[in-house]
Amino acid sequence: MRFTSTTRCLVLVLPAAFASPAFAHIQPGEAGGFLTGFLHPISGLDHVLAMVAVGLWGAQLGAPAIWLLPVTFPIVMAFGGLLGLLGIPLPGVEIGIAASALLLGVAVMTERKPPLYAAAALVAFFAIFHGHAHGTELPPGQSGLLYSLGFVVATGCLHAVGIAIGGVHRWPVGQVALRLAGGGVGLAGVFFLWQAMA
Amino acid sequence: MKLGRSHNASLTRTVAFVSAMALWPLNAHAHLISTGLGPVYDGIIHFALTPEDLIPALALALFAGLRGKDYARRVIFVLPFSWLMAGFLGTLTAVPPPASLSWLPLLLVGGMVAADLRLSFGATTTIAVLLGAFLGYANGAAMAQAGPGLRAVLGISATVFVATTLVAAFVAAWQSGWIRIAWRVAGSWIAASGLLLLGWSLMAR
Repeated sequence: MRFTSTTRCLVLVLPAAFASPAFAHIQPGEAGGFLTGFLHPISGLDHVLAMVAVGLWGAQLGAPAIWLLPVTFPIVMAFGGLLGLLGIPLPGVEIGIAASALLLGVAVMTERKPPLYAAAALVAFFAIFHGHAHGTELPPGQSGLLYSLGFVVATGCLHAVGIAIGGVHRWPVGQVALRLAGGGVGLAGVFFLWQAMA
Repeated sequence: MKLGRSHNASLTRTVAFVSAMALWPLNAHAHLISTGLGPVYDGIIHFALTPEDLIPALALALFAGLRGKDYARRVIFVLPFSWLMAGFLGTLTAVPPPASLSWLPLLLVGGMVAADLRLSFGATTTIAVLLGAFLGYANGAAMAQAGPGLRAVLGISATVFVATTLVAAFVAAWQSGWIRIAWRVAGSWIAASGLLLLGWSLMAR
Protein backbone atom coordinates (compact mmCIF):
# COMPACT_ATOMS: atom_id res chain seq x y z
CA MET A 1 0.00 0.00 0.00
CA ARG A 2 1.44 3.33 -1.06
CA PHE A 3 0.54 6.60 0.63
CA THR A 4 0.79 9.67 -1.62
CA SER A 5 1.34 13.04 0.00
CA THR A 6 -2.29 13.97 -0.78
CA THR A 7 -3.56 10.86 1.01
CA ARG A 8 -1.36 11.61 3.99
CA CYS A 9 -2.68 15.16 4.16
CA LEU A 10 -6.26 13.92 3.93
CA VAL A 11 -5.68 11.36 6.68
CA LEU A 12 -4.23 14.06 8.90
CA VAL A 13 -6.74 16.80 8.17
CA LEU A 14 -10.04 14.94 7.86
CA PRO A 15 -10.38 14.01 11.55
CA ALA A 16 -10.22 17.70 12.40
CA ALA A 17 -13.42 18.16 10.40
CA PHE A 18 -15.18 15.93 12.93
CA ALA A 19 -14.17 18.19 15.78
CA SER A 20 -16.81 18.58 18.46
CA PRO A 21 -16.64 21.17 21.22
CA ALA A 22 -14.71 20.41 24.40
CA PHE A 23 -16.35 21.46 27.65
CA ALA A 24 -13.34 21.32 29.94
CA HIS A 25 -12.75 25.04 29.89
CA ILE A 26 -14.98 27.51 31.66
CA GLN A 27 -18.29 28.48 30.16
CA PRO A 28 -18.96 32.10 29.21
CA GLY A 29 -19.82 34.11 32.30
CA GLU A 30 -18.18 31.73 34.75
CA ALA A 31 -15.39 32.78 37.06
CA GLY A 32 -11.89 32.47 35.74
CA GLY A 33 -10.68 30.10 38.43
CA PHE A 34 -8.08 30.10 41.12
CA LEU A 35 -5.31 31.85 39.19
CA THR A 36 -7.50 34.76 38.08
CA GLY A 37 -8.72 35.19 41.64
CA PHE A 38 -5.19 34.95 42.98
CA LEU A 39 -3.90 37.62 40.60
CA HIS A 40 -6.74 40.04 41.33
CA PRO A 41 -5.60 41.44 44.72
CA ILE A 42 -1.96 41.66 43.67
CA SER A 43 -2.75 43.58 40.50
CA GLY A 44 -3.30 46.87 42.38
CA LEU A 45 -0.44 48.53 44.25
CA ASP A 46 -2.81 50.23 46.72
CA HIS A 47 -4.17 46.84 47.82
CA VAL A 48 -0.73 45.26 47.94
CA LEU A 49 0.81 47.98 50.13
CA ALA A 50 -2.13 48.06 52.53
CA MET A 51 -2.17 44.25 52.93
CA VAL A 52 1.58 44.09 53.49
CA ALA A 53 1.27 46.97 55.98
CA VAL A 54 -1.27 44.93 57.97
CA GLY A 55 1.35 42.20 58.27
CA LEU A 56 4.09 44.69 59.21
CA TRP A 57 1.93 46.25 61.87
CA GLY A 58 0.95 42.83 63.22
CA ALA A 59 4.64 41.93 63.50
CA GLN A 60 5.32 45.16 65.41
CA LEU A 61 2.36 44.63 67.75
CA GLY A 62 3.34 41.01 68.45
CA ALA A 63 1.05 38.32 69.84
CA PRO A 64 -1.94 38.09 69.85
CA ALA A 65 -2.39 40.80 67.17
CA ILE A 66 0.06 39.10 64.83
CA TRP A 67 -2.32 36.14 64.40
CA LEU A 68 -5.63 37.85 65.19
CA LEU A 69 -5.37 40.29 62.29
CA PRO A 70 -4.71 37.66 59.57
CA VAL A 71 -7.55 35.48 60.93
CA THR A 72 -10.16 38.23 61.07
CA PHE A 73 -9.14 40.24 58.01
CA PRO A 74 -10.16 37.70 55.29
CA ILE A 75 -13.61 37.17 56.80
CA VAL A 76 -14.34 40.88 57.16
CA MET A 77 -12.92 41.50 53.69
CA ALA A 78 -15.16 38.77 52.30
CA PHE A 79 -18.11 40.49 53.96
CA GLY A 80 -17.15 43.67 52.07
CA GLY A 81 -16.86 41.52 48.92
CA LEU A 82 -20.35 40.17 49.57
CA LEU A 83 -21.70 43.73 49.76
CA GLY A 84 -19.93 44.55 46.50
CA LEU A 85 -21.25 41.41 44.78
CA LEU A 86 -24.78 42.24 45.87
CA GLY A 87 -24.39 45.75 44.49
CA ILE A 88 -24.86 47.43 47.86
CA PRO A 89 -23.11 50.79 47.48
CA LEU A 90 -20.37 51.90 49.85
CA PRO A 91 -19.42 55.56 49.61
CA GLY A 92 -15.79 56.58 49.18
CA VAL A 93 -14.35 53.14 48.49
CA GLU A 94 -11.23 54.41 46.73
CA ILE A 95 -10.69 57.03 49.42
CA GLY A 96 -11.06 54.34 52.08
CA ILE A 97 -8.45 52.16 50.37
CA ALA A 98 -6.03 55.05 50.01
CA ALA A 99 -6.64 56.05 53.62
CA SER A 100 -5.91 52.49 54.72
CA ALA A 101 -2.45 52.63 53.11
CA LEU A 102 -1.85 56.06 54.64
CA LEU A 103 -2.99 55.26 58.18
CA LEU A 104 -1.50 51.77 58.34
CA GLY A 105 1.77 53.16 56.98
CA VAL A 106 1.76 55.88 59.63
CA ALA A 107 0.94 53.29 62.33
CA VAL A 108 3.97 51.24 61.26
CA MET A 109 6.18 54.33 60.95
CA THR A 110 5.31 55.59 64.43
CA GLU A 111 5.13 52.07 65.94
CA ARG A 112 1.72 52.97 67.28
CA LYS A 113 0.48 50.33 69.75
CA PRO A 114 -3.21 50.85 70.44
CA PRO A 115 -5.33 48.35 72.43
CA LEU A 116 -5.94 45.12 70.56
CA TYR A 117 -9.64 45.81 69.93
CA ALA A 118 -8.83 49.22 68.44
CA ALA A 119 -6.20 47.77 66.09
CA ALA A 120 -8.56 44.96 65.05
CA ALA A 121 -11.44 47.40 64.52
CA LEU A 122 -9.29 49.73 62.40
CA VAL A 123 -8.01 46.89 60.21
CA ALA A 124 -11.53 45.39 59.91
CA PHE A 125 -12.94 48.80 58.93
CA PHE A 126 -10.44 49.08 56.08
CA ALA A 127 -10.96 45.41 55.13
CA ILE A 128 -14.56 46.23 54.19
CA PHE A 129 -13.38 48.85 51.66
CA HIS A 130 -10.83 46.50 50.12
CA GLY A 131 -13.36 43.66 49.96
CA HIS A 132 -16.04 45.89 48.48
CA ALA A 133 -13.71 47.12 45.74
CA HIS A 134 -12.80 43.52 44.86
CA GLY A 135 -16.44 42.44 45.04
CA THR A 136 -17.61 45.01 42.54
CA GLU A 137 -14.73 44.14 40.20
CA LEU A 138 -15.24 40.37 40.34
CA PRO A 139 -16.36 38.91 37.02
CA PRO A 140 -19.91 37.56 37.07
CA GLY A 141 -20.18 33.79 37.32
CA GLN A 142 -21.97 30.77 38.66
CA SER A 143 -19.09 28.81 40.16
CA GLY A 144 -16.88 31.30 41.87
CA LEU A 145 -15.41 29.10 44.61
CA LEU A 146 -11.97 28.71 43.07
CA TYR A 147 -11.92 32.40 42.17
CA SER A 148 -12.89 33.31 45.74
CA LEU A 149 -10.28 30.96 47.19
CA GLY A 150 -7.57 32.43 44.99
CA PHE A 151 -8.64 35.92 45.94
CA VAL A 152 -8.61 35.17 49.69
CA VAL A 153 -5.38 33.15 49.58
CA ALA A 154 -3.57 35.95 47.71
CA THR A 155 -4.66 38.44 50.39
CA GLY A 156 -3.48 36.07 53.11
CA CYS A 157 -0.15 35.63 51.33
CA LEU A 158 0.31 39.41 51.24
CA HIS A 159 -0.24 39.49 55.01
CA ALA A 160 2.26 36.67 55.38
CA VAL A 161 4.80 38.63 53.35
CA GLY A 162 4.28 41.59 55.69
CA ILE A 163 4.64 39.38 58.78
CA ALA A 164 7.79 37.77 57.34
CA ILE A 165 9.35 41.16 56.59
CA GLY A 166 8.22 42.33 60.02
CA GLY A 167 10.38 39.58 61.51
CA VAL A 168 13.31 42.01 61.31
CA HIS A 169 11.65 43.90 64.18
CA ARG A 170 13.71 41.84 66.66
CA TRP A 171 16.89 43.74 65.69
CA PRO A 172 17.37 47.49 66.34
CA VAL A 173 18.37 48.10 62.71
CA GLY A 174 15.34 46.14 61.60
CA GLN A 175 13.07 48.32 63.72
CA VAL A 176 14.39 51.42 61.97
CA ALA A 177 13.99 49.72 58.58
CA LEU A 178 10.40 48.82 59.42
CA ARG A 179 9.61 52.39 60.40
CA LEU A 180 11.11 53.59 57.14
CA ALA A 181 9.05 51.04 55.24
CA GLY A 182 5.97 52.28 57.08
CA GLY A 183 6.84 55.82 56.04
CA GLY A 184 7.09 54.65 52.43
CA VAL A 185 3.67 53.00 52.59
CA GLY A 186 2.26 56.18 54.16
CA LEU A 187 3.71 58.34 51.37
CA ALA A 188 2.23 55.99 48.78
CA GLY A 189 -1.07 56.34 50.66
CA VAL A 190 -0.88 60.12 50.26
CA PHE A 191 -0.36 59.63 46.53
CA PHE A 192 -3.31 57.21 46.29
CA LEU A 193 -5.46 59.64 48.30
CA TRP A 194 -4.54 62.48 45.98
CA GLN A 195 -5.48 60.28 43.01
CA ALA A 196 -8.78 59.26 44.62
CA MET A 197 -9.72 62.84 45.43
CA ALA A 198 -8.77 64.18 41.99
CA MET B 1 19.28 1.66 0.61
CA LYS B 2 16.14 -0.23 -0.38
CA LEU B 3 15.71 -1.28 3.23
CA GLY B 4 16.03 2.39 4.28
CA ARG B 5 13.28 3.48 1.84
CA SER B 6 10.97 0.78 3.15
CA HIS B 7 11.75 1.88 6.69
CA ASN B 8 10.89 5.50 5.79
CA ALA B 9 7.56 4.49 4.28
CA SER B 10 6.72 2.49 7.38
CA LEU B 11 7.65 5.43 9.56
CA THR B 12 5.49 7.78 7.46
CA ARG B 13 2.50 5.45 7.80
CA THR B 14 3.02 5.19 11.53
CA VAL B 15 3.30 8.96 11.91
CA ALA B 16 0.19 9.47 9.77
CA PHE B 17 -1.77 6.92 11.82
CA VAL B 18 -0.69 8.32 15.20
CA SER B 19 -1.34 11.90 14.07
CA ALA B 20 -4.78 10.93 12.84
CA MET B 21 -5.59 9.32 16.18
CA ALA B 22 -4.32 12.35 18.03
CA LEU B 23 -6.41 14.66 15.90
CA TRP B 24 -9.57 12.65 16.47
CA PRO B 25 -11.32 14.77 19.06
CA LEU B 26 -13.51 13.60 21.90
CA ASN B 27 -15.66 15.58 24.26
CA ALA B 28 -14.05 16.51 27.57
CA HIS B 29 -16.35 16.44 30.58
CA ALA B 30 -15.54 19.05 33.19
CA HIS B 31 -18.22 18.01 35.65
CA LEU B 32 -18.02 14.24 35.66
CA ILE B 33 -14.68 13.09 34.38
CA SER B 34 -14.52 9.64 32.92
CA THR B 35 -11.26 8.03 33.91
CA GLY B 36 -11.88 5.00 31.73
CA LEU B 37 -11.15 2.84 34.77
CA GLY B 38 -14.74 2.38 35.88
CA PRO B 39 -17.29 4.19 38.08
CA VAL B 40 -15.38 3.79 41.36
CA TYR B 41 -12.40 5.68 39.96
CA ASP B 42 -14.73 8.21 38.31
CA GLY B 43 -16.10 8.89 41.80
CA ILE B 44 -12.61 9.23 43.28
CA ILE B 45 -11.58 11.73 40.63
CA HIS B 46 -14.88 13.60 40.96
CA PHE B 47 -14.29 14.15 44.68
CA ALA B 48 -10.66 15.13 44.18
CA LEU B 49 -11.53 17.71 41.50
CA THR B 50 -14.68 19.19 43.07
CA PRO B 51 -13.67 21.89 45.57
CA GLU B 52 -17.28 22.29 46.76
CA ASP B 53 -17.03 18.71 48.14
CA LEU B 54 -13.35 18.44 48.91
CA ILE B 55 -12.82 21.65 50.90
CA PRO B 56 -15.68 21.26 53.45
CA ALA B 57 -14.64 17.63 54.08
CA LEU B 58 -11.02 18.64 54.64
CA ALA B 59 -12.13 21.59 56.77
CA LEU B 60 -14.08 19.26 59.06
CA ALA B 61 -11.04 16.97 59.29
CA LEU B 62 -9.01 20.06 60.17
CA PHE B 63 -11.49 20.99 62.88
CA ALA B 64 -11.56 17.46 64.30
CA GLY B 65 -7.77 17.28 64.25
CA LEU B 66 -7.53 20.58 66.12
CA ARG B 67 -9.89 19.22 68.80
CA GLY B 68 -7.76 16.12 69.35
CA LYS B 69 -7.48 12.42 68.57
CA ASP B 70 -10.87 11.37 69.97
CA TYR B 71 -12.72 13.90 67.83
CA ALA B 72 -10.62 12.98 64.81
CA ARG B 73 -11.32 9.24 65.25
CA ARG B 74 -15.05 9.92 65.46
CA VAL B 75 -15.21 12.22 62.43
CA ILE B 76 -13.16 10.07 60.07
CA PHE B 77 -15.69 7.24 60.43
CA VAL B 78 -18.94 9.17 60.83
CA LEU B 79 -18.43 11.55 57.88
CA PRO B 80 -17.76 8.92 55.16
CA PHE B 81 -20.48 6.61 56.50
CA SER B 82 -23.05 9.39 56.48
CA TRP B 83 -21.78 10.42 53.02
CA LEU B 84 -22.24 6.85 51.76
CA MET B 85 -25.74 6.41 53.19
CA ALA B 86 -26.96 9.75 51.88
CA GLY B 87 -25.27 9.00 48.56
CA PHE B 88 -27.27 5.77 48.27
CA LEU B 89 -30.42 7.75 48.96
CA GLY B 90 -29.42 10.33 46.35
CA THR B 91 -28.92 7.65 43.70
CA LEU B 92 -32.45 6.41 44.41
CA THR B 93 -34.16 9.80 44.21
CA ALA B 94 -31.82 11.40 41.62
CA VAL B 95 -33.18 14.81 42.65
CA PRO B 96 -30.24 17.14 43.36
CA PRO B 97 -30.46 19.68 46.20
CA PRO B 98 -30.21 23.39 45.32
CA ALA B 99 -26.65 24.11 44.19
CA SER B 100 -26.90 27.61 45.62
CA LEU B 101 -26.38 26.19 49.14
CA SER B 102 -22.79 25.10 48.49
CA TRP B 103 -21.52 28.16 50.38
CA LEU B 104 -23.08 26.99 53.65
CA PRO B 105 -20.68 24.13 54.60
CA LEU B 106 -17.67 26.29 53.73
CA LEU B 107 -18.82 29.20 55.87
CA LEU B 108 -19.96 27.01 58.76
CA VAL B 109 -17.03 24.60 59.03
CA GLY B 110 -14.42 27.19 58.01
CA GLY B 111 -15.81 29.52 60.68
CA MET B 112 -15.59 26.74 63.26
CA VAL B 113 -11.92 26.22 62.44
CA ALA B 114 -11.13 29.95 62.40
CA ALA B 115 -12.84 30.52 65.76
CA ASP B 116 -11.21 27.36 67.20
CA LEU B 117 -14.68 26.55 68.51
CA ARG B 118 -14.77 24.17 71.46
CA LEU B 119 -17.77 22.10 70.46
CA SER B 120 -18.90 19.05 72.41
CA PHE B 121 -18.27 15.54 71.11
CA GLY B 122 -21.98 15.10 70.31
CA ALA B 123 -22.25 18.41 68.47
CA THR B 124 -19.19 17.60 66.36
CA THR B 125 -20.64 14.19 65.51
CA THR B 126 -23.94 15.79 64.51
CA ILE B 127 -22.15 18.26 62.25
CA ALA B 128 -20.21 15.40 60.64
CA VAL B 129 -23.47 13.50 60.03
CA LEU B 130 -25.20 16.57 58.57
CA LEU B 131 -22.25 17.52 56.36
CA GLY B 132 -21.91 13.96 55.06
CA ALA B 133 -25.66 13.77 54.44
CA PHE B 134 -25.76 17.09 52.57
CA LEU B 135 -22.76 16.51 50.34
CA GLY B 136 -23.32 12.76 49.97
CA TYR B 137 -26.92 13.20 48.87
CA ALA B 138 -25.87 15.80 46.30
CA ASN B 139 -23.16 13.44 45.01
CA GLY B 140 -25.55 10.50 44.85
CA ALA B 141 -28.16 12.46 42.89
CA ALA B 142 -25.51 13.80 40.50
CA MET B 143 -24.00 10.34 39.98
CA ALA B 144 -27.42 8.84 39.30
CA GLN B 145 -28.08 11.48 36.66
CA ALA B 146 -24.62 11.19 35.11
CA GLY B 147 -24.65 7.39 34.93
CA PRO B 148 -21.99 5.86 37.24
CA GLY B 149 -24.44 5.68 40.14
CA LEU B 150 -23.87 3.71 43.30
CA ARG B 151 -20.34 2.50 42.64
CA ALA B 152 -19.15 6.07 42.08
CA VAL B 153 -20.63 7.02 45.47
CA LEU B 154 -18.66 4.14 46.97
CA GLY B 155 -15.48 5.54 45.41
CA ILE B 156 -16.26 9.02 46.71
CA SER B 157 -16.97 7.80 50.26
CA ALA B 158 -13.77 5.76 50.34
CA THR B 159 -11.81 8.81 49.20
CA VAL B 160 -13.52 10.96 51.83
CA PHE B 161 -12.34 8.44 54.44
CA VAL B 162 -8.75 8.43 53.18
CA ALA B 163 -8.52 12.20 52.74
CA THR B 164 -10.09 13.09 56.09
CA THR B 165 -7.99 10.47 57.89
CA LEU B 166 -4.77 11.86 56.46
CA VAL B 167 -5.66 15.48 57.23
CA ALA B 168 -7.08 14.82 60.70
CA ALA B 169 -4.06 12.70 61.65
CA PHE B 170 -1.65 15.30 60.34
CA VAL B 171 -3.36 18.16 62.17
CA ALA B 172 -3.79 16.21 65.41
CA ALA B 173 -0.10 15.40 65.43
CA TRP B 174 1.15 18.79 64.30
CA GLN B 175 -0.44 21.77 65.98
CA SER B 176 1.99 23.31 68.40
CA GLY B 177 2.40 27.08 68.59
CA TRP B 178 2.42 28.81 65.23
CA ILE B 179 1.15 25.80 63.35
CA ARG B 180 -2.16 25.84 65.18
CA ILE B 181 -2.55 29.49 64.16
CA ALA B 182 -1.79 28.54 60.56
CA TRP B 183 -4.63 25.97 60.66
CA ARG B 184 -6.96 28.65 61.99
CA VAL B 185 -5.90 31.06 59.25
CA ALA B 186 -6.69 28.32 56.71
CA GLY B 187 -10.12 28.04 58.33
CA SER B 188 -10.67 31.77 58.00
CA TRP B 189 -9.76 31.56 54.31
CA ILE B 190 -12.32 28.78 53.83
CA ALA B 191 -15.00 30.74 55.69
CA ALA B 192 -14.21 33.88 53.67
CA SER B 193 -14.49 31.88 50.45
CA GLY B 194 -17.87 30.61 51.64
CA LEU B 195 -19.02 34.15 52.29
CA LEU B 196 -17.93 35.23 48.81
CA LEU B 197 -19.63 32.17 47.33
CA LEU B 198 -22.84 33.28 49.06
CA GLY B 199 -22.45 36.55 47.18
CA TRP B 200 -21.98 34.68 43.90
CA SER B 201 -25.07 32.59 44.62
CA LEU B 202 -27.23 35.60 45.42
CA MET B 203 -25.89 37.48 42.42
CA ALA B 204 -26.73 34.57 40.11
CA ARG B 205 -30.42 34.74 41.08
